[in-house]
Amino acid sequence: MNPTRGCGTTNRANGVKGRQTVIELENVAYSYGGGELLSDLSIKLAPGSFHFLTGPSGAGKSTFLKLCYAALLPTAGQVRLFGADARTMDRTAVALLRQRVGVVHQDCQFLDHLPLIENVALPLTVAGRNVAHEEANLKDLLQWVGLTNRASALPPELSGGERQRAALARAVIMAPDVVLADEPTGNIDWEMSQRLLQLLIELNRMGKTIMVATHDLSLIRAAKTQVQARVLRIKNRRLQLAGADL
Amino acid sequence: MTDLSGLIQSDAAADRVVPPAGFTVQLTLFSAGAMAFLAVFALALSLAAGRLAVHWGTELARSSTLRISAHAEQMDTQVAAALRVLETTPGVESARALDTTEQQALLEPWFGPGLPIDMLPVPRLIEILETGAGYDAPGLRLRLQGEVPGAVLDDHTRYRRPLVSAAAHLRVLGWLSILLISGTLAAMVTLAANAALAANSQVIGVLRLVGATDAYIARAFVRRFTLRAITGAAVGMMLGLAGIWLLPEGDTANDLLTGFALTGWHWGLPVLIPPLAGATAFLATRAAAARVLRGLA
Ligand SMILES: Nc1ncnc2c1ncn2[C@@H]1O[C@H](COP(=O)(O)OP(=O)(O)O)[C@@H](O)[C@H]1O
Ligand SMILES: [Mg+2]
Repeated sequence: MNPTRGCGTTNRANGVKGRQTVIELENVAYSYGGGELLSDLSIKLAPGSFHFLTGPSGAGKSTFLKLCYAALLPTAGQVRLFGADARTMDRTAVALLRQRVGVVHQDCQFLDHLPLIENVALPLTVAGRNVAHEEANLKDLLQWVGLTNRASALPPELSGGERQRAALARAVIMAPDVVLADEPTGNIDWEMSQRLLQLLIELNRMGKTIMVATHDLSLIRAAKTQVQARVLRIKNRRLQLAGADL
Repeated sequence: MTDLSGLIQSDAAADRVVPPAGFTVQLTLFSAGAMAFLAVFALALSLAAGRLAVHWGTELARSSTLRISAHAEQMDTQVAAALRVLETTPGVESARALDTTEQQALLEPWFGPGLPIDMLPVPRLIEILETGAGYDAPGLRLRLQGEVPGAVLDDHTRYRRPLVSAAAHLRVLGWLSILLISGTLAAMVTLAANAALAANSQVIGVLRLVGATDAYIARAFVRRFTLRAITGAAVGMMLGLAGIWLLPEGDTANDLLTGFALTGWHWGLPVLIPPLAGATAFLATRAAAARVLRGLA
């Protein structure tokens, strides 16, 4: 099962074995206006890597991910996305970046007036692709996340787990190089979160760079038995590599 | 970018990303209709006023007449004296005594053909052509009183001079109204578009998250408002035209009220109103969207 079959160009410069880092932060700091929330972060995400980002609620995990998809700009330091300085990207460049970075948002934002299948296809629609041509691919993807029979449901009718899986499907429809997931198992039961984790691991095996923000340590432990994942922790505004102390 | 070709191509998928029209779009439909209705009348007023100004203007420029009554034996000297006076009057371009045949032609409707005009004590007529500036009528009357006692200056067309300038003025006011109507439509559409963009800020947020460019988002709104403005204006224009069509037929050349109807190819002009309303809405929405999207960055 390949959820990204036929979607987008797969041999983008960095998709090939350039081993260019996809996301790179250098001495990054961020503040919402008060004191600094994040200070002096430096990290490089290599293509095909799997990272967890953990830390207590309010530590700045979502903020960190937003820096990684240029929803926020650092107040100090430099964020490079596919080699380009986020600060120099105009809004069109940011829009194009969103086609290469699939994001599963914490609150899974959907358009409530469109059925699930159209929400999943939204990245195609706004990229000007003919969605009718991608129908087979779209159906595969819904099957992959187990939502085939919910295709015509409106987002408010979906359960938490269904919303998370739909958000994941939407995040990968453009065959992005990177998938960032913010608390993807936030409000779903254990079984469903295991299923979602499997989907993320599958994506990683296809070569996608994955970063999952979560405060759910049992999810991380479950993942570590199946995939080589690094665990980053935000503590006292800084980023640390968590070790065996998990 | 948000160009017209992208606007005309139907794009059902793109249209659906913004939730179905709320009251803002109905507001645009109504405003465009009302404004187009008013624009038809302003246009008809301008055209009618223009027609009157031209018609009366040429009539004015044509002539006035000097009527000379005298005993037959004095007639020629009086006519010659009058012509001399007129020659030296500033504002008179030329003056010419009508000959017998011309006078006969003028009287024919009343007396029938073959009138022996030489035998009758009919006044002689001198046709005066004025320069653009015109002559000083009271001054000319005074001079004629002294030198040609039997002369009566008939400048009946002169009373229209203020009417002509009023008609010209009305025409300007009509065009000004059309400008103001366009401006008002632009303002209404801007308000409606701003309201729609504000009401959909959450939708805009989602669209941005999945990679929609500002141009794409703007287009979805611009399309909607432009098409509604065109539709509304088309309906308003039809109703306006029907209103004019139903006016009683009148003298389109001379009377402003009954001559208010459109004539000839002028009936085609209101057809321009819907595309102009569309262009106005297009520009207004595009500007509003650009401003709001920059603000929501
Ligand atoms: N838009 C914002 N404006 C101001 N403060 C914010 C904003 N978003 C988040 N914060 C604050 O920043 C801190 C970190 O938030 P967040 O990154 O969401 O943490 P986490 O995802 O780790 O729970 C919190 O204290 C939160 O209240
Ligand atoms: Mg968070």
